[in-house]
Amino acid sequence: MMNKINSMIASKYFSFFVTVALFVILYGAGMAMYKGFMRPQVFLNLFIDNAALIIVTIGITFTLIIAGIDLSVGAVLALVCMVLAWLLANTGIPVGLAVLLVLVMGTVFGALQGYIITKFDLQPFIITLAGMFFCRGLTAVISQDTIQIVNPTWVALASYRIDLGVGFVSIGAVIALIMIAIAAVILGFTKFGRAVFAIGGSESSAALMGLPVFRTKVTVYAISGFCASMGGLAYSLIMLTGYNLHGLGMEMDAIASSVIGGTLLTGGVGFIPGALVGVLIQGVILTFISFQGTLSAWWTKIVVGALLCVFIIMQALITEQKSKLSSKRSMETPSEPPKPAMQN
Amino acid sequence: MEMLKKFSGSSLFLPVVALTVLLIFNTLFVDGFLTIQMTEDGHLYGRLIDILNRSCSLIILALGMTFVIATSGIDISVGAVVAISAAVVCTMIGGRGDGVAQMPMTLAVLAAVGVGVLCGMWNGLLVAKFKIQAVVATLILMTAGRGIAQLMTEGQIITVYYKPFEYIAGFLPNMPVPTNIFIALAMVLLVAVLMKKTSIGLFVQSVGINPTAARYAGINVTMVIFLVYAFSGLCAGVSGLIESSLIRAADANNAGLNMEMDAILAVALGGTLLSGGKFYVGGSVIGAITIQTLTTTMYALGVSADQLPVVKAIAVIIICLIQSKKAQEMFDKWKASRHSAQKNDHKAVLGKAVKQL
Repeated sequence: MMNKINSMIASKYFSFFVTVALFVILYGAGMAMYKGFMRPQVFLNLFIDNAALIIVTIGITFTLIIAGIDLSVGAVLALVCMVLAWLLANTGIPVGLAVLLVLVMGTVFGALQGYIITKFDLQPFIITLAGMFFCRGLTAVISQDTIQIVNPTWVALASYRIDLGVGFVSIGAVIALIMIAIAAVILGFTKFGRAVFAIGGSESSAALMGLPVFRTKVTVYAISGFCASMGGLAYSLIMLTGYNLHGLGMEMDAIASSVIGGTLLTGGVGFIPGALVGVLIQGVILTFISFQGTLSAWWTKIVVGALLCVFIIMQALITEQKSKLSSKRSMETPSEPPKPAMQN
Repeated sequence: MEMLKKFSGSSLFLPVVALTVLLIFNTLFVDGFLTIQMTEDGHLYGRLIDILNRSCSLIILALGMTFVIATSGIDISVGAVVAISAAVVCTMIGGRGDGVAQMPMTLAVLAAVGVGVLCGMWNGLLVAKFKIQAVVATLILMTAGRGIAQLMTEGQIITVYYKPFEYIAGFLPNMPVPTNIFIALAMVLLVAVLMKKTSIGLFVQSVGINPTAARYAGINVTMVIFLVYAFSGLCAGVSGLIESSLIRAADANNAGLNMEMDAILAVALGGTLLSGGKFYVGGSVIGAITIQTLTTTMYALGVSADQLPVVKAIAVIIICLIQSKKAQEMFDKWKASRHSAQKNDHKAVLGKAVKQL
């Protein structure tokens, strides 16, 4: 019995199961306390309101798996919103081209960060922290005031609703779900995905195995930049503005979601569906606060901080447990072979 | 010449040169930069004094950050801790319009610094005991911290009208320079004495270079790391006092905003490697003054507070590249290849000349 529990705790998906259970409990509590929680639209709203965060979290999860980090995502998101708003307001270029431009911009910025980190062997957090300040500052250089988006195509896209019978979802939510599926496939079933996990497990071993470490790492940061800019588009569809303080602290929410969803901060372990549930848990907490009415929104930050803390400590304990288990096993293995010999 | 060579090799070279360049630039382009006047009530007044006054809280933060970085950690929660400390001191003294303190100021000040230490101990517990990476461990407080500060102030900006509170970052009667310069000086001296008279510095350095070796050498690594974060929290607490006294208010959203970046930048500029190990307290102090001078210069040039991070981000990347071992290797290789190419050129020219002869 004890062994079973031990091996369950050591399982790769233990964190994920805990997260799903937590989500179900939170949602159940919500249903018990407020009648409004029962409506299917409340559940769908979780996806609509958090579309940007879901997309950003995908990118962050990639960087966390290779034992890196990307603190610049929130600022990249703000920059993308601002550039898009500026392009639509001041130039006559079609919406499609503007969207393409900002996506390329975000991806190139991510790749550049990855290049500097990998090429010069610098700590990812300091370079992406600088990247965060750079993008925030650049956003303010473009405009210190809010720029409204009045482009009819973009406004129409923002208000478009896809009917699902029991409720509706927005375009941003659909994009988020498609990206979750693509990312899960890339990480789970491709050569590139396996290389990402291998680098996270041990970079030097991955290099010795002949995996393209340099290329993979730069690609991972490029993916993070791409996801941040895609998240920026989803954010822009909700806010319809470009503003310097958009997405402030979003990097933290994204990292928290990813960790709550079972990504190990030491690298090598991560699970995209888990990251999705991580975001949804934050969404449920926000919904709770809005249903409750009197609690202030700052509580979200404190609760998320506390949750992150609990999960990180749980991770540390699990890792310790695992290393204990493996050392136990390695101690047991040599004593096993003689047994069959005696039976013969 | 010999001295110049020695100086250019020393750790203080980069910060001193950067500061000098900034000061020369300011003297040339900012009117009346060097003038220091005496006001009627005996206070010194001028841009230089202003820079010193403003850089005090950054110097104190950089002191704590130097030790944290020396143990190859990082503390990105200092900005949020500054906000918490400011919120504590302002709510305890209270925003009463009649200028009476709700609680004695000494108690409020002690509480603010104490809360700072508590925050630092929390970070230290996570990093030293639970072995969580420093970035992530301090990220928790970085986010939650501002939420906590906002809860204390109930989302309001609390303005303090109690007169003695202004003395912390203002002028004491009959003192020519602001009080916070003395506070910063006292903290720097305290650290300097600790470095000279005890082996704490050596302990911190050895933990930063190789924690395993340090443990085998009999150093209590967990304790050293824990204390380093606690000290960083103390510094952030003192900084919070100064920051709130400067504006006589607690603003949970903006107090200490982006200061973690400035503190890291100051330490890196001061010559301490971000990967830990050898550290330079003096360098960090000069680095902090340099950063503040840069900020003031940028403001004087009409760059807004929102746009300033662009300049600082570029500065961080450049410093990181200068510190990077790989970049240095590449530069050496490039120099060597150019050197050999030149040699080959010489040989070719020589060969031609010989042939012609």
